[in-house]
Amino acid sequence: MAEQASLTPRGEDLLAEALRWRNEGHTVALATVVSTWGSSPRPVGSQLIVDDKLRLQGSVSGGCIEGAVVHEAQQIMAGAPPKLLEFGVSDEQAWEVGLACGGTIRVFVEAVE
Amino acid sequence: MKRALLEALQTARAEKRPTALVTDLTGGRQALMIAGTHQGDLALSDDLRAAVEEAIRADRSGPLAADENLFVHVHNPPLRLIVVGAVHISQALVPMAQLAGYEVLVVDPRKAWANAERFPDVALVDGWPDEALRNLDPDHRSAVVVLTHDPKLDDPALGVALASPAFYIGALGSKKTHGKRLERLREAEVDDSALARIHGPIGLAIGAKSPAEISIAILAQMTQALHGAPPLVRAVPPDPGAVAAQ
Repeated sequence: MAEQASLTPRGEDLLAEALRWRNEGHTVALATVVSTWGSSPRPVGSQLIVDDKLRLQGSVSGGCIEGAVVHEAQQIMAGAPPKLLEFGVSDEQAWEVGLACGGTIRVFVEAVE
Repeated sequence: MKRALLEALQTARAEKRPTALVTDLTGGRQALMIAGTHQGDLALSDDLRAAVEEAIRADRSGPLAADENLFVHVHNPPLRLIVVGAVHISQALVPMAQLAGYEVLVVDPRKAWANAERFPDVALVDGWPDEALRNLDPDHRSAVVVLTHDPKLDDPALGVALASPAFYIGALGSKKTHGKRLERLREAEVDDSALARIHGPIGLAIGAKSPAEISIAILAQMTQALHGAPPLVRAVPPDPGAVAAQ
């Protein structure tokens, strides 16, 4: 279980931003790193938020899996149930999306209902 | 995630209450635990609640050992940095530490130094450093750095900091200054194991000169202490003479 130091850049509050977007009437999805093995660029608890206008804030990796996560987030914002995604070097899809840093990472994607 | 639960989580964070959001990764049901209370559509047994409380105490997010399908996301209040001395270095250190996620407080009884013009975006704490520090009550998620370079202010602050569980305590000053400081504190009957907790001269040895560079050295050392990383070892370049001799 990787540790999370609860440090975010100054003024960065992704959950506040997600809530703000939701309250503006947008559909919003929240992606959270729930576990990591080996080397992975972002620790457990790291989050990415996306809305129906494809506004993005935060990150769940160094940028290599964000595309795939956003793709899933769009399905979930359209009504699909929450989903646990796994990316790793043993996963064909991981190579496609480029997580070549030698780790495995699980990301939970959910809508803000 | 239900909007109401997100709103409750944000309220708890704003009130700086230790909180955890527990998510069932198989279906998305969630429970929000704030100081022993529980809300949301995910039921948790007493044992699981105890495990979540333990994760909050340890400040550790991740799947629960007892049930890997339950993800605990701990939302603790920010780490604190208490800076003693509203000095030039502090003016660089404060915004850098804030950028790194710390809630920063600056303690200095001297109004000429500690004022809103020099420190526009940070909490300034008036009062003598030992008294101020006792009130701030540093915990295991606090760092204390003393930067006044004035024993009248630094020493009492260190005395209180060393009696606390702060994860990092640092003091500005050269080796010589620090040596004298240790002598004074020994005379004040601070024991050697406590004195060994002081990072002095403060900061990693990166040759820092300017206030900003010294702040980088301090923040780097604080980060190292926070994550329990081993001390850095400088890679020694091979001695050309030795290579030639082989």
